[in-house]
Amino acid sequence: MKISYREALRQALREALSTDPRVFLMGEDVGRYGGSYAVSKGLLDEFGPERIRDTPLSELGFVGAGVGAALGGMRPIVEVMTVNFSLLALDPIVNTAAALRHMSGGKFSVPLVVRMATGAGRQLAAQHSHSLENWYAHIPGIRVLAPATVADARGMLVPALADPDPVVMFEHAQLYNLEGELPNDWQCDITHAAVRRPGTQLTLISYGGSLPKAMQAASELDSEGIDAEVIDLRVLRPLDSDTLTASVCKTHRAVIVDEGWKTCSLAAEIMARLMEDCFYELDAPVARVCSEEVPIPYAKHLEDAALPQVAKIIAAVRGMLNV
Amino acid sequence: MTAPPESGQPLSLQLLADMLRIRRMEEKCAELYGAGKIRGFLHLYIGEEACAAGALRALAPEDNIVATYREHAHALLRGVPLRAIMAEMYGKAAGCCRGRGGSMHLFDAARRFYGGNAIVGGGLPLAVGLALADKLQGIARVTACFFGEGAMAEGAFHEAINLAALWRLPVLFCCENNLYAMGTALARSESQTDLCAKATSYRVAAVKADGMDVRAVHEATRQAAQQVRAGAGPFFLEYATYRFRAHSMFDPDLYRDKAEIEQWKQRGPIHSFTAQLKAAGELTEEAFLALDASAEAEVADAMAYAEAAEMEPIADLLKDVYTPQETS
Repeated sequence: MKISYREALRQALREALSTDPRVFLMGEDVGRYGGSYAVSKGLLDEFGPERIRDTPLSELGFVGAGVGAALGGMRPIVEVMTVNFSLLALDPIVNTAAALRHMSGGKFSVPLVVRMATGAGRQLAAQHSHSLENWYAHIPGIRVLAPATVADARGMLVPALADPDPVVMFEHAQLYNLEGELPNDWQCDITHAAVRRPGTQLTLISYGGSLPKAMQAASELDSEGIDAEVIDLRVLRPLDSDTLTASVCKTHRAVIVDEGWKTCSLAAEIMARLMEDCFYELDAPVARVCSEEVPIPYAKHLEDAALPQVAKIIAAVRGMLNV
Repeated sequence: MTAPPESGQPLSLQLLADMLRIRRMEEKCAELYGAGKIRGFLHLYIGEEACAAGALRALAPEDNIVATYREHAHALLRGVPLRAIMAEMYGKAAGCCRGRGGSMHLFDAARRFYGGNAIVGGGLPLAVGLALADKLQGIARVTACFFGEGAMAEGAFHEAINLAALWRLPVLFCCENNLYAMGTALARSESQTDLCAKATSYRVAAVKADGMDVRAVHEATRQAAQQVRAGAGPFFLEYATYRFRAHSMFDPDLYRDKAEIEQWKQRGPIHSFTAQLKAAGELTEEAFLALDASAEAEVADAMAYAEAAEMEPIADLLKDVYTPQETS
């Protein structure tokens, strides 16, 4: 069955709300408005205002309340409109949710799921377009997910809600309209990266909104006779180093595609791990295609120029292979 | 091990005993800090004992407690064993957080004691969430959230009290107004120094109580908790109090007049309450000395316990960053 990424997320929410009375959804405009990206459209009518809970514009307040509700025995799903706005809620996520279990000597776990949109591509400029997944992936005590396919949009919420610790889930805003076949076995884990396209000559490592670009690049490279493997990280913390290492040990080359800025990025972390884990397997320095070091601009031509694009990925691969 | 005072005692003696236990604990903490046994930040509650003592006795064992980094007293009166508190401050494995939290991060799940929070205002949204969970689960429980007046300048206070009022959640906001946010006086940091007015602007009932008078704190808290428990929505209490010691052990206390401190000390919660009880014939000097000796003994026992306790092995450093899960 072909469905959209948005519909897959909605199905996952509906199932969670139907099967577990502890689950509720809370966030700005999740109810009457139907969700700022229409993910929760219709759920208010099905589940009522107690469980599809509209909040004031109080990211610090309602994300913190999500932490408290999780401690109090519920399984809250808190939606934050964008990762940019989530900076107003860094305190409850980083200082409380992530730290609480260790800081309390194992007394309290925080089974909280925070969902938020991320990424650029819609001409929304610098305060709605950034990719700050790496900020969260830096923090011990939380798990960070980036569903990039319809199947993961459908499947990741189940293990995320079953996780006794905080989970932050990034939904790239360019993916909501993505259509894809929902396989019958959409159930998935939230521990492993996935090989989305097997290949032999090099590994493209990507996640979230950059995955379709990496897949497109691999397809165009294929027509030039270059066989690229594409890995979808899926889980940004803890990183599945084993899958990365296994792939690079096979292909001996890696290009990382990451919409974050290069400096202190996830791409930087992955490069460091490849150096640590399989330096002597590499036939070329690891390359990366990231966003330019600039706040994402409004004008379309400037925004396009700031982001990783298929052409940039192909150019990086050609540069590496000297073709 | 000295037991907390018998519940068969008159309330007044229980309140006095609670305050003495806090005072003796905090004095010992200061001494142990000087001796290098306790490190990190240490915030003492000396002078403010009537707030925790009056409030905690007015709450039910099933209620949730959220506190601040000046929370030794709240933990102790909630029933966290003083041995576990002291061992935590020593950084020992027998501490209530296995030496990972220290003075500012005391927790106890069984006693519904949710910390210990070193982010000013950090506990406020947490308390709202705990109360929301109770409301959604149909549990008639009060979440009492302690914070200082300094936290009321934080956005977290305003977001939290708005949510609690909007959703009519059973949160008891307990503001311990000791007049100074570290070294910054209330009037130097807030345009509106009438704290109850801030709460009522959110249509939350608010009462100011004399935080140096343990009976006044107890009665105000009892009445407020009763309303919250009955489903009237949140309630705001201001306890007007004063800390006799500096903000923390690092604070040279240069921002307050010595005369002001002395003036407040005249109203010290323990000696004024003791004098009242004696004048009313409810307390003899002998009985007072017995309560004080009991508090001293409890502290001495806890110190000996903490001193002898084992360190958490470094091999367990990474334990409890994540919850252990069964691998399938």
